[in-house]
Amino acid sequence: MAELDTSGGGKKGGGKVRSKKSSTRVDLTAMVDLAFLLITFFILTTTLQKPKAMDLVMPDKDEKTKNQLPVPETRTMTILLGSKNKVEWYMGMPSKPLTAPTVEGFGKTGIRKTLLEKGQEVLARSGKDMIVLIKPSSKSTYYDMVTIMDELNIVNNQSRAIVDISPVEIDLLKRDNIY
Amino acid sequence: MPRVKVPRKSTAIDMTAMCDVAFLLLTFFILSAKPKTQDPVHADIPASTSIQALPENDFSTILVAQGKAFFSVEGAEIRMETLKGMGDQYKIAFTPEELKQFAALETVGVPIANLKQFLALSPKERSSVQQNGVQVDTTDNNELYWWIKNARKADIVVHNKELRIAIKGDSKEEYPTIAKIIATLQKQKVNKFGLITSLKTVTK
Repeated sequence: MAELDTSGGGKKGGGKVRSKKSSTRVDLTAMVDLAFLLITFFILTTTLQKPKAMDLVMPDKDEKTKNQLPVPETRTMTILLGSKNKVEWYMGMPSKPLTAPTVEGFGKTGIRKTLLEKGQEVLARSGKDMIVLIKPSSKSTYYDMVTIMDELNIVNNQSRAIVDISPVEIDLLKRDNIY
Repeated sequence: MPRVKVPRKSTAIDMTAMCDVAFLLLTFFILSAKPKTQDPVHADIPASTSIQALPENDFSTILVAQGKAFFSVEGAEIRMETLKGMGDQYKIAFTPEELKQFAALETVGVPIANLKQFLALSPKERSSVQQNGVQVDTTDNNELYWWIKNARKADIVVHNKELRIAIKGDSKEEYPTIAKIIATLQKQKVNKFGLITSLKTVTK
């Protein structure tokens, strides 16, 4: 009577033939599931693997050595990078070191502890930061160089430089079997 | 007494809006994702506690692994300008087609004399070619030196900025190789550069 006849069947009288109307709604649940799965995948693969950069400043090489201050040997620590991820350090000059050269590894119980202790010692004595010279030998790897620079970053040492190694120091490394 | 009938509601929720949002986000992530550059050799980068992010533009990377060096620079315009500079340097005339090919090239790992042949190959053929890296030594014929020099010039021409250079080295790489690269950089007064590392946390 008052409602529309949506049922197509049952021809009655002279009524028109109507096709059956189906709902236009589609179930989107599965599609949403898929979309979120893909989003998760893309988020995880893109933002997790961002490499970082560590700045490295090298001393100027062929500048005329005009205003170079003499460095007191009591404030200088030399770190030699040897093979097998080992380092050897001493204070002062290679010919007559103030402390006996010591072989150590990386990490919080190794060179980092030494750097902290010696750094504080130098600071207490002279009121200035310790100067660290890093001398990578030809047997050391890139990993050693990055790790030692990182250790210096961790202990907040700003006065450091990468310098070429001398034959005397190579002999030291040879003596201690890390060359 | 008749029972009160609670009208039953349909449990189906309209998903259209949610679907729209999901696909919008999906499109955003796909478009913002940078395709991973395929390095010619694998480099296992060391970890450090540095949290400085890499710049996106005006940036050049020297990949060092297995004793070889590979050069790459960001940005198609800078790449084209760099190659033009290299062409002038080595008296090689590159066609516009070759410049276009080079702009799409991720890393340079062949000697400059073979670059023309290398650019003539299809991208699929290139991946099968053994790349021996850019030549680095301490003589005047140091190709890496000129690549860096021309890339720096190109960056000043195109963007008027100083190119930032980073070394991406393999952990196992021996120090002399790295020292050679550093010497090449220092020869042109680049005393500040980056070392690409992955992130690690400090063990206190």
